[in-house]
Amino acid sequence: MSGVVLRGFGWRHGGRRRWAVRGVDLRVESGERVLLLGASGAGKSTLLAALAGLLPEDSGEQEGTVEIDGLDPRKARERVGVLFQDPETQLVMARSGDDVAFGLENRGVPAEEIWPRVDEALRRVGFPYHRDRPTAALSGGEQQRLALAGTLALRPGLLLLDEPTANLDPTGATLVRRAVADALDADTTLILVEHRVAEALPLVDRVVVLEPGGGVRADGPPEAVFAAHGEALAAAGVWVPGHTVPPRHAGTPAGDVLLTADRLGLPPRLAPTDLRVRTGEALAVLGPNGAGKSTLALLLGGLTRPGTGTVTASADLAGRDARTPPHRWRAPALAGRIGSVFQDPEHQFVTATVRDELALGPRRTGRSEAETTATVDALLERLRLDRLAGANPYTLSGGEARRLSVATALATAPRLLICDEPTFGQDRRTWRELVDLLAELRDAGHGVVTVTHDADFVAALADRTLTLHRPADPGGVDP
Amino acid sequence: MIDLEPVATPGAPLARRNPVAKLAAAMVFTIVLVATLDPVAPAIAIAVELAVLPLFGVRYRVLARRAWPLLAAAGGILVTLVLFAADRSGRVFVEAGPVVVTEGVLVTALGLVLRMLAVALPGIIVFATTDPTDLADALIQNAKAPARFAIGALAAFRLVPLLEQEWRMISMARRARGVDAGRNPIAKLRLFASIAFTLLVGAIRRGTRLAVAMDARGFDAGTPRTVARRQRFTRADALLVVTAALLAAAALTTSILLGTFRPLIG
Repeated sequence: MSGVVLRGFGWRHGGRRRWAVRGVDLRVESGERVLLLGASGAGKSTLLAALAGLLPEDSGEQEGTVEIDGLDPRKARERVGVLFQDPETQLVMARSGDDVAFGLENRGVPAEEIWPRVDEALRRVGFPYHRDRPTAALSGGEQQRLALAGTLALRPGLLLLDEPTANLDPTGATLVRRAVADALDADTTLILVEHRVAEALPLVDRVVVLEPGGGVRADGPPEAVFAAHGEALAAAGVWVPGHTVPPRHAGTPAGDVLLTADRLGLPPRLAPTDLRVRTGEALAVLGPNGAGKSTLALLLGGLTRPGTGTVTASADLAGRDARTPPHRWRAPALAGRIGSVFQDPEHQFVTATVRDELALGPRRTGRSEAETTATVDALLERLRLDRLAGANPYTLSGGEARRLSVATALATAPRLLICDEPTFGQDRRTWRELVDLLAELRDAGHGVVTVTHDADFVAALADRTLTLHRPADPGGVDP
Repeated sequence: MIDLEPVATPGAPLARRNPVAKLAAAMVFTIVLVATLDPVAPAIAIAVELAVLPLFGVRYRVLARRAWPLLAAAGGILVTLVLFAADRSGRVFVEAGPVVVTEGVLVTALGLVLRMLAVALPGIIVFATTDPTDLADALIQNAKAPARFAIGALAAFRLVPLLEQEWRMISMARRARGVDAGRNPIAKLRLFASIAFTLLVGAIRRGTRLAVAMDARGFDAGTPRTVARRQRFTRADALLVVTAALLAAAALTTSILLGTFRPLIG
């Protein structure tokens, strides 16, 4: 219903030297379905925020013009709906129906029209519950579908989707994409930002690629754009269909046992599980949401006390603490033996600069200053963080933060590395680096355990998989 | 564990009253009690509060569970005042070494503790019987509170239980980085501060994202809001507030007639 025209558009956030996006000339006709691509930092999210009218005039500097149906987007807010990445921070109300009604109330829709429109929107996205369902009881995919219903209930002429499935497991992501496909009116204009191109293609008929330095690099039907620019896009971090990554499996059989889990569980989150972790082997832990995969990672990492069963470290791994289980080791000793990488990198940041962040582990485990500096310099270079050594960890991009969190775990040279969803929301370039890095560790005789939903990652790296089931089902068994 | 959910039987006659009426009744009832220092008026007030509890659909056991930190605090205050009161006038009941328990000591201590309980209980009852969404709706519709404030607070409130989960996650993440405090109290304090800081940074980010999402759905954009859930302030609601005022006045009158009344001022 709504058309978009950008002429030489650029935006620089207040206080930044670099333009987030610049020199964009683009025309999107009413009813078109556009996939917006570009390497990390090409300004996709800023462009969407501008279209949504979410960049206040006093928050930065603008170049050129952006118009929706001939209006400034800040004055055309009623015509635009947005769906963001994080389901948790898009829901406002405690009950599902109230949340859909929230936007309608804000727009001043007469009270008697609100509930019929709420029910219609919920039906369109395939929301499976009554509208009294507490929003806190929904899974990520259900929350995201509810947020979509809240947006669609406002009948936007232009729908903007900013990586709406990046934080979801594959089942949830599929349901959200299907809801988008089914719920859109034929004349609704769609602009979608998504790293995972193959999954997004059925939703779109046009691909626009932003150039990181500024401007539009390619624009046209998907086949034509990928035929001409596929190689370069893949190198820049975009998940272009057909550009697969060669797998890296172990060349030699697995070595000694590092860690043994015996009927290990934590009711009600994880059912008793048997497991052996070995040197020179990459083990992938799979299973649906709610099966306790993250809980298993925390238990193996010695970070929380088991509810049932035991974790036993081999004498080789445990060193002086051979008679106590990992969850009772002092933290510095633990960090030197088992490294854990959390799903959210920011949970693990302790210091004010990238360099200090990397030096923290080696210092806590009693390395000399010279050794620490050598380790830090090597890791900075290895993970392309050297230019960011003085930056605050909280200011890093998603890919940089992920690389730093893996690097901090490696800084203490643990024999065993445990990663929880390391590839979540990562572009193709960081993804490949993670595969290579973990494969090298494994080939050097370390044990690697990853908890993941990412089937490509499992295919590329894992030597063995363990599938967990929800605690109501029979527990996972190690073959 | 932070418990935010109402616990009352939903059909109870007074639990169904308008949230603003309940809040107003609780305020009227307690403001009168603040005016006196004697133990009789608050004792009567507590008796009234406990007597109306079934009408709100709150079971005594549930109330005790909710109010236990309050009861513990009351016990602590009682013991402290009895041991360390400056005014040791009146008849002596117990004398054990330096501890002299007199009539004056007991009256002051009891007055304070009973007053605290009498003032706190109505608040507990209101929140135990009120859904937060209903409260925000009623504040906007019946008390003319700005939606910006009421809905904003409601949305922020929804994120509170996440903080506890977040705290555990950050603590474990610190341990994985080799940071723990052991038995050193100063290291413990520093670790606490550093976890709190990380939690705060995360909470601000999350709050900002939520604010942007609310903005994108037209919140506080200047368009007059409509309401999907109507809250009515009926005659029964007005009656609740008036009854609360009358009961409080009766408690005060009894105290004056018995001669125990000690005004806060004068």
